[in-house]
Amino acid sequence: MKTEDGVIEKESVVVRFSGDSGDGMQLTGSQFTDTTAFLGKDISTFPEFPAEIRAPAGTIAGVSGFQVHFGSKEIFTAGDEYDVLVAMNAAALKSDIGNLKKGGIIITNTAGFDSKNLRLAEYPDGVNPLEDESLSEYEVYKVNITSLTKEALKETGLSNKELERSKNMFVLGMLYWIFDQSPDYTINFINEKFSKSPELAQANILAIKSGINFGETTEIFNTRFKINASPQPPGTYRSITGNNAIAIALISASEISGLPLFLGSYPITPASDILHELSKYKHSGVRTFQAEDEIAAICSAIGASYGGSLSVTTTSGPGMSLKTEALGLATILELPLVVINIQRGGPSTGLPTKTEQSDLLQAMYGRHGECPLPILAAHSPSDCFDTVYEACKLTVEHMTPVIVLSDGYIANGSEPWKFPTSNDLPKINSVFTDMPNAEDGTFLPYKRDENFVRPRVKPGTKGLEHRIGGLEKANETGDISYEPHNHELMVNLRQAKVDKIADFIPEAKFDTGSEDSELLVLGWGSTYGTIKTAVLELISEGYNVSHIHLRHMNPFPKNLGMLLMKFKNILIPEINNGQLIKIIRDKYLVPAIGLNKIQGLPFTTAEIKNKILEILNKK
Amino acid sequence: MNETNNLPVLEKLTYKDFAPDQDVKWCPGCGDYSILKQVQGIFPELGKKKEEFVFISGIGCSSRFPYYMDTYGMHSIHGRATAIAAGLKASRPDLDIWIVTGDGDAMSIGGNHLIHTLRKNFNLNILMFNNEIYGLTKGQYSPTSHVGLVTKSTPFGSIDEPFNPAELALGAKSTFFARSLDRDPKHMKEILLKAHEHKGTSFVEIYQNCPVFNDGTFFIYSEKGTKKEESLYLEEGKPLIFGENNCKGIKFDGFKPVVVDLTDGKNSINDLWVHDKKDRIKATILASFANGSNGTHLPRPFGIFYSIDKPTYEETMMHQIEEVTKKKGKPNLDEILSGDKTWVIA
Ligand code: SF4
Repeated sequence: MKTEDGVIEKESVVVRFSGDSGDGMQLTGSQFTDTTAFLGKDISTFPEFPAEIRAPAGTIAGVSGFQVHFGSKEIFTAGDEYDVLVAMNAAALKSDIGNLKKGGIIITNTAGFDSKNLRLAEYPDGVNPLEDESLSEYEVYKVNITSLTKEALKETGLSNKELERSKNMFVLGMLYWIFDQSPDYTINFINEKFSKSPELAQANILAIKSGINFGETTEIFNTRFKINASPQPPGTYRSITGNNAIAIALISASEISGLPLFLGSYPITPASDILHELSKYKHSGVRTFQAEDEIAAICSAIGASYGGSLSVTTTSGPGMSLKTEALGLATILELPLVVINIQRGGPSTGLPTKTEQSDLLQAMYGRHGECPLPILAAHSPSDCFDTVYEACKLTVEHMTPVIVLSDGYIANGSEPWKFPTSNDLPKINSVFTDMPNAEDGTFLPYKRDENFVRPRVKPGTKGLEHRIGGLEKANETGDISYEPHNHELMVNLRQAKVDKIADFIPEAKFDTGSEDSELLVLGWGSTYGTIKTAVLELISEGYNVSHIHLRHMNPFPKNLGMLLMKFKNILIPEINNGQLIKIIRDKYLVPAIGLNKIQGLPFTTAEIKNKILEILNKK
Repeated sequence: MNETNNLPVLEKLTYKDFAPDQDVKWCPGCGDYSILKQVQGIFPELGKKKEEFVFISGIGCSSRFPYYMDTYGMHSIHGRATAIAAGLKASRPDLDIWIVTGDGDAMSIGGNHLIHTLRKNFNLNILMFNNEIYGLTKGQYSPTSHVGLVTKSTPFGSIDEPFNPAELALGAKSTFFARSLDRDPKHMKEILLKAHEHKGTSFVEIYQNCPVFNDGTFFIYSEKGTKKEESLYLEEGKPLIFGENNCKGIKFDGFKPVVVDLTDGKNSINDLWVHDKKDRIKATILASFANGSNGTHLPRPFGIFYSIDKPTYEETMMHQIEEVTKKKGKPNLDEILSGDKTWVIA
């Protein structure tokens, strides 16, 4: 709907900022996102980084993208296709045009389309997409953003390099104009960020304003959009990425449980931001320990857990592989430990900056010996908070390591979060024993309670000195035992302890639809938003489909099997080659169908819808 | 903080308090027995409560040690004791932590953790029982086995250049290195006490005889007939003398240590190298005595090679936490949950 001043009202829009790694697209995207969220619209974002830190400038390998989907309705994904593509150079255009909607808008920086940039982007000699007919299906705006920025800032006395760097703020200004958004949020941000160099702050603000003025005075853009605020539940919101939500969840669990927080970690993409974030919280008493390797990272966390901390180690797939031996130790010691795996494309170094859900079977089975562990999976940036908080509660209350699976997509993606207050957080019952527990007045470190949980003792507790270790232990006493039946008993007890957790987690419930539907989509992890959108759209198109999304991957909710039995059609979409589906078929013997994508990218809504329709239409 | 003086009077402990009711299962005649006895013997003298001690070990014969000390303890996984102890000490600076490891555990599979723990300088005591062999896996050569050693995995002799633990420790910025041996209990006791006294990571290499797989490797340093000629006992501030009736000494010829005869009238005790445990260069040269590659045959030094004071990791960590807290104040949880940019939807 076009209003009289040429502004189109839309329910939702997807914008893709794309440029060279050095063009500042991540900052531009996140500022645009925060402003948009701040103005009450729902959002979902998808930042995409090149794998190399400094890939050659101007090449396709060096393209860095930031996609933001925002709207006046509920937004669950970063969007399949974009309405607007900002392409700062030829490589960005070439790499990202594939997913631009037909008739969509392209805003280009013409300075990024000179012969050198065209060559680096591997356009054939003499071909410039801005000058031939290849973009005729789109609404293309050619703006020399670089020279306009330089011109606007020429009085500031900044160096040429600094001027060049401000061009992303000019872009942001233009976008604020097109989407009728106030730049105030970003101006505040700049003032804070450059509080020590006011001249840089002034220059950046001037660049934004020049971008806005450019839009307003030249009237070059035929189309402007208005997106109303979304009817989100009332409350106070903030914007959050998955990795930040994890850091905050850990601090919260530490505060609520009264246990000091210890993080043993080794840098690895895409998990390092958790280490960075927690390292800022020294003044909350957080102890972060950057270990010499992944093994030392988990081992130091085991040491700290033994000492009585809430202990955590964070990593991604390759690091997870290195930690598995120590994870076996933590399992047989029966100590609390949260192990967070931000999954990425594998095997080996694989696709370090791309997303994948391919470590579920590793989490489930990837250790030597009979070594069951509880596994939780987060489904969105803000859900990382709830999931990790729950993992902390389970690890402390059930004396077992807990694995949390997130992935690159939700780790870096952000969304508005109606954050809880400290009073809303569930209690975490942390108990240390300081009394003997045997009738004869001795201490039995492996004597269990009704939930098969053994007592926790802090070294330093008088009279309870005892040894624990990786060798099989005699039931209750914990003494070394190689007795055949004892080993079987201990294996079964450790399994029973993990199984028992099913009594402490919520039952599975329908996220959308009901058990009377024709097809159930069963999902886990970061596919949540896409599945939800696909199912909602199909329901509005008249199909009878439903969606259950799992957080508890081990043990499963107690009623899951019963729910699954009710369906003739179960679809399990995963960003892997079929992992949850193996466990589900094994456990419940249901004929589930898989939908798999292993491209380092999330599903599109269309892919999931098509698969559902294909199944429904087969009948 | 002075950890001992402010405490109420400690219960009088004896070595029996540290001996649990477990059967000790090392092979008969193993050097580990003597080390265990010395450790149990000194613990009542350390001025700590029994519950404050923790033993952490890895895997190997030596790593059974925690089961034989009635303190808190963890028998962990191969090579990782130092990493586990690092996390424990960082989170619980109040505990008195001892690591027991072997040459395979510490220098092979756990080599990375060892060097990083040394450089970080946690206040820990590392006892490395060096028997120059893998005992628990029944006799393969270890990273300290000498070239040519015939073992199950080297039937034609080992071709590996061995590690020199002293050089490795000093190269890794260890703040305390000492060597002792199982067959000299008196010396071991003295070194163990000094290692405990040192604030920082104390790395003690203990030559330990494995009668089953590598019998007698160190006997020349402990048995009558060879001991006096082959071993050199370091004493702080004293010249380096050794030999029958202390008839020999070590002096510097430039930077090269040479053995001199104190009876031929050419050199007196005043010409000798005087031991200074704070001197890193001298410590490095002492460490190289074991290499036997500089043309002269030198006795094997025992005692404290090097010991300097440096802030410990956990002190620095706590200090940083205090400083940042002083500067920023402790945030309350609700501030952390909300962050600094929020908006309200009515
Ligand atoms: S194998 Fe050697 S080191 Fe091991 S317990 Fe037996 S004698 Fe001692």
